[in-house]
Amino acid sequence: MSHYEAPIRKPLVTGEKSYHDISVEIARPVEGKANKTWWIVFSISLIAFLWGLGCIVYTVSTGIGTWGLNKTIGWAWDITNFVWWVGIGHAGTLISAVLLLFRQKWRMAINRSAEAMTIFSVVQAGLFPIIHMGRPWLAYWVLPIPNQYGSLWVNFNSPLLWDVFAISTYLSVSLVFWWTGLLPDFAMLRDRAVKPFQKHIYGILSFGWSGRVKDWQRFEEVSLVLAGLATPLVLSVHTIVSFDFATSVIPGWHTTIFPPYFVAGAIFSGFAMVNTLLIIMRKVVSLEDYITIQHIELMNIVIMITGSIVGVAYITELFMAWYSGVEYEQYAFLNRATGPYAWAYWAMMTCNVFSPQFMWFPKLRRSIMFSFVISIVVNIGMWFERFVIIVTSLHRDYMPSAWTMFSPTFVDIGIYIGTIGFFFVLFLLYARTFPVIAQAEVKSIMKSSGEQYKKIREEQGDDAKLYTMPEQKPLPDFKKLIAEANTTSDSSDANTKTE
Amino acid sequence: MASKVLNVFYTDDDILMEAVKKAQSKNYRIEEVFCPFPVHGLDKLLNVKPTRLAITSFLYGLVGISVALTMMNFIMIVDWPQNIGGKPSFSLIENLPSFIPTAFEMTVFFAAHLMVITFYMRSKLWPFKKAENPDPRTTDDHFLMQVNVGDNDIQEVAEFLHSTGAVEIDLKK
Repeated sequence: MSHYEAPIRKPLVTGEKSYHDISVEIARPVEGKANKTWWIVFSISLIAFLWGLGCIVYTVSTGIGTWGLNKTIGWAWDITNFVWWVGIGHAGTLISAVLLLFRQKWRMAINRSAEAMTIFSVVQAGLFPIIHMGRPWLAYWVLPIPNQYGSLWVNFNSPLLWDVFAISTYLSVSLVFWWTGLLPDFAMLRDRAVKPFQKHIYGILSFGWSGRVKDWQRFEEVSLVLAGLATPLVLSVHTIVSFDFATSVIPGWHTTIFPPYFVAGAIFSGFAMVNTLLIIMRKVVSLEDYITIQHIELMNIVIMITGSIVGVAYITELFMAWYSGVEYEQYAFLNRATGPYAWAYWAMMTCNVFSPQFMWFPKLRRSIMFSFVISIVVNIGMWFERFVIIVTSLHRDYMPSAWTMFSPTFVDIGIYIGTIGFFFVLFLLYARTFPVIAQAEVKSIMKSSGEQYKKIREEQGDDAKLYTMPEQKPLPDFKKLIAEANTTSDSSDANTKTE
Repeated sequence: MASKVLNVFYTDDDILMEAVKKAQSKNYRIEEVFCPFPVHGLDKLLNVKPTRLAITSFLYGLVGISVALTMMNFIMIVDWPQNIGGKPSFSLIENLPSFIPTAFEMTVFFAAHLMVITFYMRSKLWPFKKAENPDPRTTDDHFLMQVNVGDNDIQEVAEFLHSTGAVEIDLKK
């Protein structure tokens, strides 16, 4: 059979597992009860979320003046947080789409949670521009709809409008991609459910998935085409986010390197967040056999590579500032590295460029504790990157009399903390109600990448049989069965031939 | 009377594939196979025609880009041209570079969503749709092959399928 995989590849699913074991283990967090840790973390997140909600209500009811913005710095934490969250959202689609196109089987253990993370973080990202509008009930004005004030339309020359299209396409396409992949797994939960309420809910969520051959054929084609569409989409989204800055004439923003630099940074921070979440989750819901050290190691390698790309971009920016001969550009970068925000700049450099370089050492990138620490460090660094780009470029503009500093108010901080709380509320709820691993896909790679099958091939050669004949139920006497059915049902076709 | 159909259960994808081949060599008619996960090559073996969803996606993408360009041409060029940052607004082609991002996003939007909707419609998947797999184990670890007995002797067919490694055989209700 065609289950061959190069022996050099390490198993992706460890332990002796039958297909049924996979169903049981993935359904366990959903079917079981939440433990104390879950409730504690959930309560903290919920409080943070409610605090953030309060700050949002305060902002909207009182005005943007409650933030630390001033006439020089019109964009600060909100846009920093927006870009940070969108960036985190990039890993999910990268894992599910780009790795699918490259046929990387290790994606199957992590794609579900990574996509969940994507959707939840894009939701957080979307909040910021809407709140920043000041009158969020008019948010629909960004859509190209005719209005009663004369046909004053939205401006398709503006990168801010491109963002509207990019983010909403990204969010909605990620959502259907995620949901389509979830159908067979919801169906598994539905068919396992004992209580009628759960059965009903998962019945609705699974859209009546039955698993016919044709369904699976379409399912795989749809997944592949969606991956093909989502790959350029994910690159375009952060490209367009970077256009928000790159198409302006602010020194430090007006840079052609921004699109690839932002995309690399987004993947970098997204993978770090996936590591943060999954290192905890695999432990809490005992999925260490599916999300193995190897998965963490591979993600660390991606973090290392993208971190290095980001490092190269930082240096290129500095070089271009010097080489361009534009004194404003030169000052912007000199000011970043040595000015009043130098601490933020060097925090960014240390977290983003220096810390991932530890991943060159196999011992370190295979250490769970170390990976976890680095993943947090990277996310702090990426937040500072956006802060540095936005605030240091603005705070000393063309007119020295307008130079100022930015300090966030409790509202700025509250909304940010609130989105982190909201994100974790969503993720924790997801971890208790959704199949957190794409179990149907994992089952399909068991024979090529499962540990026990790899062992069989190692011992008995590549053509070894990967199954044993199961115990069979004795056959019933069908003719008798049919005769019985006919006599009891008394239907019109009762006496026709049964041979 | 319609001929009887047997529900034949297997617990392994390799055994299932072999069984399908054996059943076909006997010219038994396999009506449907329900699987808990995609078994590669099964659709070819059963002569299921390749799906055309990818083609529909391409066509939907064409619709998307046309809608996007028509809309932007109307809004930005025809209905209310404005001088924004000196960007030329006299014809679509001159203003096109600014329209590429939105046109791209709308192409993806249409291609992805309409394809998925087509998939859901064709495979009859929607909320409140009742699942049609005859046995709940087929989403867990059982593969269910439905074989139409036709004019063959039902016991003979069942015994043959039993010998291919079926764990359980019963009559379709």
